[in-house]
Amino acid sequence: MCGIVGLLVKKPSLRHRLGALMVPMLTGMTERGPDSAGLAVYTTPVSEGRRKLSLYSGEHAVDWSELLGAVRHAIAEMHEIEAHGNQAVLTTAADADQVVAWLKRHAPEVAVLSVGQSIDLYKDVGAPADIARRYRFGELQGTHLVGHTRMATESAVTPAHAHPFTAGRDFCLVHNGSLSNPHLVRKHLEPLGIEFETDNDTEAACRFFEWRLREGDDLEQAVERGFSQLDGFFTFLMGTDQELLIVRDAFACKPAVVAETDDYVAIASEFRSLAHLPDIGHASLFEPKPEEIYSWRI
Amino acid sequence: MANLKPLPTAREFDLSRDSLRQLNLYLHKHAVDEGISQIRVQNPDGAHSIACGLDAELDVQIHGHVGYYVAGMNQLASVTVHGNAGPGAAENMMSGRVHVKGFASTSAGASAHAGLLIIDGDASLRCGISLKGADIVVGGSVGSFSAFMAQAGRLVICGDAEDALGDSLYEAVIYVRGQVRSLGADARFEPMTDTDRAAVKGLLNLAGRSEDPGTFKRVASAKSLYHWHADANQEY
Repeated sequence: MCGIVGLLVKKPSLRHRLGALMVPMLTGMTERGPDSAGLAVYTTPVSEGRRKLSLYSGEHAVDWSELLGAVRHAIAEMHEIEAHGNQAVLTTAADADQVVAWLKRHAPEVAVLSVGQSIDLYKDVGAPADIARRYRFGELQGTHLVGHTRMATESAVTPAHAHPFTAGRDFCLVHNGSLSNPHLVRKHLEPLGIEFETDNDTEAACRFFEWRLREGDDLEQAVERGFSQLDGFFTFLMGTDQELLIVRDAFACKPAVVAETDDYVAIASEFRSLAHLPDIGHASLFEPKPEEIYSWRI
Repeated sequence: MANLKPLPTAREFDLSRDSLRQLNLYLHKHAVDEGISQIRVQNPDGAHSIACGLDAELDVQIHGHVGYYVAGMNQLASVTVHGNAGPGAAENMMSGRVHVKGFASTSAGASAHAGLLIIDGDASLRCGISLKGADIVVGGSVGSFSAFMAQAGRLVICGDAEDALGDSLYEAVIYVRGQVRSLGADARFEPMTDTDRAAVKGLLNLAGRSEDPGTFKRVASAKSLYHWHADANQEY
């Protein structure tokens, strides 16, 4: 079991309340996913030519300003860092792949959770409410977000196995369910040079879709292709810098409810995570139909 | 004689203040003793297992949307949801009446033995799966695999049905008014008889509906899966 939540605010005036509206959604899914939680939030993009990397050091105490100095020394470009405890956002004018490779080699205790122009990513083990407090989710601002609470069923409880998973730039995915052929998908993707970080089934789906996006599919086409390639149970919620998308498997094994008003689109595994939202009494409520793709653009 | 006030027969719970356990404990243990027959529930906010396992003639009115298993295992009680229901509404109902005024999620009325489940809106996939004798009236449409392996009882669908309607049916009968995307294995359309029309009319009346019983089609088991045939080579 797991819980998923998604929120997209339609009015720019609501962007500063994105996190505050979301926190009760996330904590409302605690019973479905008490062991880990995470979210991706899409914020105002960094300027053209720059990228930002969400970094996470877990139990390791990292001196972020020292790390920044080392990055600046190694790669002669603009780099900035904004850190909160074991989480930091590194903004860089350098080639992001070069920075990721440098970090992997010289700061292996630092995990790169996401790369993009808009995406910030947080994930950790523990109760969703604790994680929301730890990373000050209530203060997050942006256009849309994708969140998850995890009850692990098929792989270990670690920050790396928590959702959202990311691949490429500004793309993330959360999953409620389980895939039965992740190893087959992986066997297909690895010879194409696609590297995996965990043995988690959701990562296989994430990397499959991101591979299709790079091959020229739009997200809807990638998901259509996934119907024949990914076997198992899923409600997938995905984000790009422009879009929020939800899809359920052919058997609709895992729940999802959507609430839409003039102000927002809110998605959760269950209505109890939506009940607190403003004007919910007048929202249009529906359950996504199996294998139908629902997406909203910012 | 003193001017005695009539004893109250109704009680209200507000789940934004009262706990679900308080509500269900009251419904199970105290309502009958206190002479309370009507219970109103406010702010259910998607909570699970509201009014589960009731076994007395109570009238429970829930104002809002509920989560999983509302009125599960119901006996005798009448439970009305003025909103939508999550998965497993009235699952394993034994008697009584459950009325969902909005839509119902997956597996509504699963394995219900008796009683009546009314869903005014749509029901999701697997409505009436393994039905064991209850009646279900759906005002809207049903999702795929509805009445899968249904053994007894009746499912009336005023709208459409998605794929595999009535797959591996036993003795349950389905009446459907709209389009059926596909029938499941061993389910077949059969002619409507006067008895069928009377049955549909009776169920629609109980559900407060006015569709013309003559516009429904009957789906029942062809019974070709009742016995295992060695010659079939497992190709059912």
